[in-house]
Amino acid sequence: MLTKRIIPCLDVRDGRVVKGVNFEGLADVSSPVALGKYYSDNGADELVFYDITASAEGRKLFSDALRAVAEQIFIPLTVGGGINTIDDFDRVLKCGADKVSVNSGAIRDPSLIGEAAKKYGSQCVVLSADVKRVDGQFTLFARGGRENTGIDAIEWIKKGVERGAGEIVLNSIDTDGVKKGFDLEMLAAVCDVVSVPVIASGGAGGIDDFVTLFKTLPQVDAGLAASIFHFGEVCIPDLKAALRENGIAVRI
Amino acid sequence: MTVIIDYGVGNLFSLQSSLKRLGETAVVSGDADVIRGADRLILPGVGAFRDAREKLAKNALDKVVCEASYKGKPLMGICLGMQLLFSRSFEFGETPGLGLIEGDVRPIAPLLPKELKVPHIGWNSLKMRGKPEIFKYVEDGDFVYFVHSFAAMNCEESILATTDYGVGLTAAVQRGNVLGMQFHPEKSGDTGLRILKAFCEM
Repeated sequence: MLTKRIIPCLDVRDGRVVKGVNFEGLADVSSPVALGKYYSDNGADELVFYDITASAEGRKLFSDALRAVAEQIFIPLTVGGGINTIDDFDRVLKCGADKVSVNSGAIRDPSLIGEAAKKYGSQCVVLSADVKRVDGQFTLFARGGRENTGIDAIEWIKKGVERGAGEIVLNSIDTDGVKKGFDLEMLAAVCDVVSVPVIASGGAGGIDDFVTLFKTLPQVDAGLAASIFHFGEVCIPDLKAALRENGIAVRI
Repeated sequence: MTVIIDYGVGNLFSLQSSLKRLGETAVVSGDADVIRGADRLILPGVGAFRDAREKLAKNALDKVVCEASYKGKPLMGICLGMQLLFSRSFEFGETPGLGLIEGDVRPIAPLLPKELKVPHIGWNSLKMRGKPEIFKYVEDGDFVYFVHSFAAMNCEESILATTDYGVGLTAAVQRGNVLGMQFHPEKSGDTGLRILKAFCEM
């Protein structure tokens, strides 16, 4: 039986892992290889590396770090952050990424999704969306959640899948950093309109939040989180044991 | 020496890294002479069947691979590389494969219960038939990582393992020295490394 995936997300700046709380107030945590290996050895099903560097020099440090990770860690690696062109896809795939996550780059140029899917296959293209309620509407935000695009998020995600995205990461800005659980309402709205895997992001505060997620919404494929894993508030083996006890299929 | 056949399809970095981790000399090459000189071959691949089949035919690499397999050299196809080993594929029209294993490649969507998604992405467990040599270091029920929308069918006699996704899908096949893994051993953590280790000992 296909298992639910648990995915730690590592924000990387200048080749080092950091974590943003509500996208601001960054604090250095550890090295990508050391942290990635720790997670891989402790039951992470996949890793996401998110490059929050702006400079060319930082990009290079990220590529070097990614290559070092891919040489030593043999689970799927997704890379996001600063993916604006096909060349960006090419760069990170050559460093060992398996999937590439697009967000603001796809908002600027939606054809990027289709081009990348055509060249590398849909399985390689992850559409990541930062979504927030504005006047009761699920609205798409760009640039790390700072810019309201005014675009209907559900419609955007649906079109993204039609364009060729093979997976969706839905990050709820409303619940991100709040640690009171995933945004089940928003996730359900997305699951209703797409048939590709949906990864829940934003809001996990503890083990119970993952249990609630998969019990309430069995159509969600994976749960993604960062700080609760990085600061040891939740350790993945305990999380998976709890999921299994609740009848949710996991890889142990 | 293991040669990972480079025919311009897919990401070979992880595969090469995983073999290196096992202490195996792994060369990524699309050169016929290098392929002929290998102790064993890995045929990787992601993307579309027809495109991959055409690329493999360039520089007659398909013939080189088939000749090596006829001589008894261990050959492992991974993911699309596995599908290429079969007689034919029905991915966007019928395309002949290498014909090293009897059977055909068909979309999984019509077989699945409605609520299951395509592609089949994620970690699923191996349901083994007996204890083949390639699985000597792993156990029945171990998890491996899948990403695919098509699967090998009508190949009952060659199946080493299936995986349960509403229906039993072909996960691994073998015919003599020719092996195929639908999942990605190079992305399947320790389980995957142990499968590659067994292959490197063939």
